[in-house]
Amino acid sequence: MSTILTVNHLTKNFGYLTAVKDLSFTIEKGNVYGILGPNGSGKSTTLGIILNVVNRTSGEFSWFDGNTSTHEALKKVGAIIERPNFYPYMTAIQNLKLVCKIKEVSEGKIQEKLELVGLWERRNSKFKTYSLGMKQRLAIASALLNDPEILILDEPTNGLETQGILHIREIIKILAKKVITILLASHLLDEVEKVCSHVVILRKGEKLYSGPVDQMLASYGFFELRTEDMQKLKSLLQKHLSFGNIKQENGTLIAYLTEEMNAETLNRFLFDEGMVLSHLVKRRESLEEQFLTLTKNN
Amino acid sequence: MVRLLQIEFIKLWNNRASKILILSYFVLLTSIALVAAIKFDIGPVKFHLADQGIFNFPYIWHFNTFITAIFKLFLAIVIVSMMANEYSNKTIKQNLIDGLSKKEFILSKFLTVVSFSLVSTLFVFVVSLLLGLIYSDYNEISIIFSDLEFLLAFFVKLVGFFSFCLFLGIFVKRSAFALGFLILWSILEQVVFGLLGWKVISWDAAKIVKDFFPLQSMTNLIKEPFTRLSAVQNIGEQIGEKMNFDYHVYWYEFLIVSFWTALFVYLSYALLKKRDL
Repeated sequence: MSTILTVNHLTKNFGYLTAVKDLSFTIEKGNVYGILGPNGSGKSTTLGIILNVVNRTSGEFSWFDGNTSTHEALKKVGAIIERPNFYPYMTAIQNLKLVCKIKEVSEGKIQEKLELVGLWERRNSKFKTYSLGMKQRLAIASALLNDPEILILDEPTNGLETQGILHIREIIKILAKKVITILLASHLLDEVEKVCSHVVILRKGEKLYSGPVDQMLASYGFFELRTEDMQKLKSLLQKHLSFGNIKQENGTLIAYLTEEMNAETLNRFLFDEGMVLSHLVKRRESLEEQFLTLTKNN
Repeated sequence: MVRLLQIEFIKLWNNRASKILILSYFVLLTSIALVAAIKFDIGPVKFHLADQGIFNFPYIWHFNTFITAIFKLFLAIVIVSMMANEYSNKTIKQNLIDGLSKKEFILSKFLTVVSFSLVSTLFVFVVSLLLGLIYSDYNEISIIFSDLEFLLAFFVKLVGFFSFCLFLGIFVKRSAFALGFLILWSILEQVVFGLLGWKVISWDAAKIVKDFFPLQSMTNLIKEPFTRLSAVQNIGEQIGEKMNFDYHVYWYEFLIVSFWTALFVYLSYALLKKRDL
């Protein structure tokens, strides 16, 4: 697998404020990455740095094999940041032709990309007449003009109405199927959960986690249990080595696992101990719960 | 280089306001020919401007470059706004993300400025040549093509002035404020000159210092041509005023303006490089 982007100990200070702190991660070809974090956690700043519009305070980053200059590398990248920025007085076609000139690619792909995002009918309308959703879709078309090796999307659905959000997500899914590498920054968990295979979680500029989405927490899940004698159940589980944290909530005992164990094993174990359960559910935390645990504990 | 110019051309030519201003500018440049039509015919007083020798070679080179340089304000608006609009539309950010380097960005703007100046110079050359061929009293080749340094001065002056506008556009980021700043600056040069001469050093020394100011140095390249006219000279002699001005273009004047041009372009680049967008 080839590396597309390497970020090493990146730091950015705005005056006294540290927006990004000692951040390192790598992006491999073919995966869909998410950068997840609440507003102001340094997502956009990080993207700004690797996209050559924000100056880094310290640290390194390199595109591809590390031998190309950033602006040359960016010609092989498609990126959309925050708001779509185009010349308001120019039509979609004129704007895209300009992008082709900058990226040094032929203008032959304009029609294909405009059709992909459903804007071909409006190709001769001026950019300023577009709705926000259309502007965002034009930005995606523009980012795809060079058939990029990696597509970078920063909050692509921010400020859009439901219809627009769905439309954008559909486009992203089509692209993800084509095995394009995607880097998606978002504060919306379900957005990242639905599309991404890997995730980098940021909080106040610091990396909390980076790796595959399903290994985000080394979590083995937890059991929800109910029985007649809750006290006995609790003391039994406390003695059992496979359980860590145990708490009682609304008459239900919640026991977190510290190693892999399936529901059958537990059920048999409790039955052998003379306990009959009236309720047994094994669950994993949703990404949302994991995310909250991650950002809270630190 | 061609690519950078094409990029800038697409941006400018699709903007209606810029297109109108650029076209009006070149129409105005051509309209200098209309001066030839100025005629007063009041009874015994017959005055035809074209007969006063303003279209004589080589004086016409001086006269036309001086007059047409006034129209550069039209292009100044275009240049300031082409720079400032990149900030207000945030398209500068998009350009950089799309793979234009900061150096290329400044270069594309500077090349546009140089092209504008080059085309203007060519325009003035052709219009003046035609006017001269029609009205000039002297038509020897050696006379026609003497004093051509005024055209070079015209070119250098425009490049210098437009580079200043470019820098102001980047520095201020808003076209209206940048133009205001330009006017403020021209006043400031006079005020500093006044203060220097009045309080700090002698008037002669202040004049020398003033010649190093950016706008003044550009003005110095082409001095006013009116006192060279025979009609004006005659009046001067009648009222007993001896007019003996120096109209020549000097190499050190080129040097000063070139220095400012380089500085403005470099500062624009440095500013863009330092700023977070």
